Amino acid sequence: MSDDQLDLSALTDDELVAQMHDDLYDGLADEIVIGTNLLLERGWGPEKVLSDALVEGMRIVGVDFRDGILFVPEVLLAANSMKAGMAILRPLLAETGAQRIGKIVIGTVKGDIHDIGKNLVAMMLEGAGFEVIDLGINNPVESYLAALEEHQPDILGMSALLTTTMPYMKVVIDTMVEKGIRDDYIVLVGGAPLNEEFGKAVGADAYCRDAAVASETAQALVLARRAAAAAS
Amino acid sequence: MQQPQLLDEEAAFEAAGSADVLILACGAIAREVLAVVALNGWQHVTVRCLPGKLHQTPQLIADAVDAKLQELKGSYERVFVAYADCGTAGALDRVLEHHGVERLAGAHCYGFFAGNEAFEKMHDEEPGTYYLTDFLARHFDALVIRGMKLDRHPELMTDIFGNYRRLVYLSQRDSPELLERAREAAATLGLAFEHRPTGYGELQPALERFVSRLDLTTASPTSTGADRT
Repeated sequence: MSDDQLDLSALTDDELVAQMHDDLYDGLADEIVIGTNLLLERGWGPEKVLSDALVEGMRIVGVDFRDGILFVPEVLLAANSMKAGMAILRPLLAETGAQRIGKIVIGTVKGDIHDIGKNLVAMMLEGAGFEVIDLGINNPVESYLAALEEHQPDILGMSALLTTTMPYMKVVIDTMVEKGIRDDYIVLVGGAPLNEEFGKAVGADAYCRDAAVASETAQALVLARRAAAAAS
Repeated sequence: MQQPQLLDEEAAFEAAGSADVLILACGAIAREVLAVVALNGWQHVTVRCLPGKLHQTPQLIADAVDAKLQELKGSYERVFVAYADCGTAGALDRVLEHHGVERLAGAHCYGFFAGNEAFEKMHDEEPGTYYLTDFLARHFDALVIRGMKLDRHPELMTDIFGNYRRLVYLSQRDSPELLERAREAAATLGLAFEHRPTGYGELQPALERFVSRLDLTTASPTSTGADRT
């Protein structure tokens, strides 16, 4: 370490977490690895490291991406830094056998190969405790339906970046309605060209304007659905 | 007529002409718009451009157009915006509706150069297509390699371009130099290369329809309100 570099080990827990938020924002993967290990060495549980240091840091990144303060390269560098931290935490989380909040099948719609936003959402959902089944890009309705049947998730998430491909979300939802399975799942939609109105028009349960909102919405809707099921 | 001058493609410029009619164009199609103006000898048409680099940040386009239209309000009798939707997802249309201004049809510059129908066909044929125009071929290093920080972070190449399969160069002019640059761009990104010469495509007729509707093309250059520039 050079003299002008910050010694992360000299920071208090609060300072270290704040510094990790900055390091995520700046896409400094090595520093995130050091910070993650330091917090674990200090007795933090992997869930707390994930939520307080990594997920909260990425939430800030996601909001600034949505607001046009950060752009694609910065977000990718931040996401790669978070991945570096998650690579350390994932096996520890598996060991603790923490209960999953829920399961989501997510994918970019047919005709669209853009997945940066979708990957960010998947990462945030995993960080929030969801099991994420990522179908990747360019998904026809058949892929979504097959994945729903196979994985029986709580949520279907669809993403599109192009104005020409986003109407395909309605094709998927209409097909779910035709097959009588629409109400079996929470449907979330997102992507740069979408808005609230579009989400309603295609029959989604919610439009999520950024990855943090997607994560919060997913948690809230899954809990609400479970509460409703328990009450009935 | 006086030839329009390209002052700064990545900042803003003003073409020659007086101030009755304004074409507010994306800097990424500045040369092509000016070429159409020159071809038609429109001396009463002023061209102003917003920075071409906005092409890479579509979320900033609608506000930039709005601010420029606000700034120029009352300076021109008629205004045309030489942008397509350009990834603004309807935000640009909402701005233009507010100002009572029309724009180029279609989703992207690729669409109006290639022809919107042909472009859709190309996209359906291979959704993983990355497009270059003359502007993007010329500024590939600045906008794509340095603009996307790939020079400092080559590891992002897969994140950004991993889903693309081919690069299609939609050329406006016959330029061996740009063709070579486009070919090199495809090689840099590891994509198959295709070249489709488009000329100005639907840009030229769209601008001509706009100007001809104004019935001003025969007006004297000296009577077009140059004092308002």
